[in-house]
Amino acid sequence: MHAPDGFLNAGTAATTGMISAGVIGVSLRQAREQLGEKQVPLAGVSAAFIFAAQMFNFPVAAGTTGHLLGGALAAILLGPAVGAVVVTVVVATQALIFADGGLTALGYNVLNMAIVPAYGGYAIFLGLRRLLPRNGTSVVVASGLTAGLSVPLAATMFSIEWLFGATAPVPFDTVFGSMVGIHLLIGIGEGVLTALAVGAVLAARPDLVTGARDLDAVQLSDRPAIGARAFVIGGLLTAVVFATVVSQFAAPDPDGLVKVATEAGFADSAQDHAFGSSLFAGYATAGISNEPVSLAVAGLAGVGITAAVGFGVFAAVRDRRRALPSSTSSSPASVG
Amino acid sequence: MGASHGHALYYHGHSRIHHLAPEAKVAAAFAFVLSVALTPPTAPWAFGIDLAVVVLVVVAARLPVRFVLARMTIIAPFIAFALLIPFVASGPETRVLGLSMSREGIVGAFNILVKAVNGILVSVVLTGTTEQDQILKGLERLHVPVVLTGIAAFMLRYVSLITSEMGRMRIAMTARGYDPRWLWQARPIANASGALFVRSFERGERVHAAMLSRGYTGTMPDQQPHRPGGTDWLLAGLPPVVAGVTAAIALVVT
Repeated sequence: MHAPDGFLNAGTAATTGMISAGVIGVSLRQAREQLGEKQVPLAGVSAAFIFAAQMFNFPVAAGTTGHLLGGALAAILLGPAVGAVVVTVVVATQALIFADGGLTALGYNVLNMAIVPAYGGYAIFLGLRRLLPRNGTSVVVASGLTAGLSVPLAATMFSIEWLFGATAPVPFDTVFGSMVGIHLLIGIGEGVLTALAVGAVLAARPDLVTGARDLDAVQLSDRPAIGARAFVIGGLLTAVVFATVVSQFAAPDPDGLVKVATEAGFADSAQDHAFGSSLFAGYATAGISNEPVSLAVAGLAGVGITAAVGFGVFAAVRDRRRALPSSTSSSPASVG
Repeated sequence: MGASHGHALYYHGHSRIHHLAPEAKVAAAFAFVLSVALTPPTAPWAFGIDLAVVVLVVVAARLPVRFVLARMTIIAPFIAFALLIPFVASGPETRVLGLSMSREGIVGAFNILVKAVNGILVSVVLTGTTEQDQILKGLERLHVPVVLTGIAAFMLRYVSLITSEMGRMRIAMTARGYDPRWLWQARPIANASGALFVRSFERGERVHAAMLSRGYTGTMPDQQPHRPGGTDWLLAGLPPVVAGVTAAIALVVT
């Protein structure tokens, strides 16, 4: 998601830049309160950890690999403010020193990859923690769901920015559908890895998990007993349910966001596009008359196609990247 | 997201561009991509001028063509997306080589392509001719908060250490027969990254203590008090001024 220069228009780049700068300014102040004068070394080493974690390949399917994005992980371990600062430094360094991501794109890249996963993710995390019982297992489960959702959340943010700052007349629903679809799948891996990693830290140094600070040793004493397999199956089920349910809202024409766009004068983003005659145009399946069923089938087919494309990409690049975690090719799970 | 950050992009050399003051280079790079971003896509000739300027700078920096091209591959996924735009975009259609494409989509794709290529070239020149700590020093002199550059400096100093620690863990796992193929076999890797976080954080605490004992007060001393002369700013300012004037003319003409 390291967008290059020119992906969104100059106004959006400037607006997101100001938002990001403002949020990071506030986060820095909170980080200083939290870490004191240890701030620079601790946040710096944590940033190096997130940077390294993005090179830590984990298996996805049939020997293919993906890697962590780490936004939600950083927020859960370090708190939203320090997490946002840490990931911002990673993203900004990647742009400035590793030429990954455009300089004028820094505003929205930081917003999408650092601020939204950290603060949005942490809000989800706190909400889930409130629903779940107060113990270590809940922290692990909430971490997994938070990380899993933070990825499509970032994709949604990008789609919204596209709505306001598109440099080409690609309709919002096309961008939104493909971005969120692909990132739902990436989110499964992110969720599984984040949950297990938080579980590991919780077992060794529970005091380092900011998101679990409110729990005492007795409450944490239950060892998270959920296997990775359960997370994978749960993640896939969530994606399927999400697609089936969300497709009901994506239904006919102006959905909420498009309506907003129309009123704000971005009406052209709601025009029909070149795929208008395709099988799933408007997210309904041709030949099935029951509308909810039809929409659900379209949603499921969307997940299926995305999964197939995803696995196709994985299979295509699989052999190049085995072996060492420090391999230099970029991960397929990170496209977009 | 880039897993390809194992090493920095610096290309050792002694061109005039290598020796420009970092703050002038960083400021010029931002000003240049900003000017390009403001150039309307309806003036293709303007991008020709911009590209020519960047290419001239690449030549002046004496960066090898293969080095530059290899660095540019990082934007490949976005190029792929841009090439799809004419087919999925809305608006009046036109036929190119027998394929039906949206006219606005072609303009949009051209806009993204040319700006992305320009941007990555600028980034490659900046990172290829300026060492990591110099870029951070430049940012600091441009009044980016010292906390941020400090954290970034720390990150860069420790990232290769943490990465190689991670590599050793991975080798140890492989040596014990761990060869995962599916996501539900990922638990040992997640455990390892959790352990890596704990080790990193504890290392941070130790490093901080060591720094305090050596008189650290919150900021690192500036060891290179080299301030840019007027010529540095003049030279570095040339490309963005050309791009800025080009953008202004393009905006007025179209």
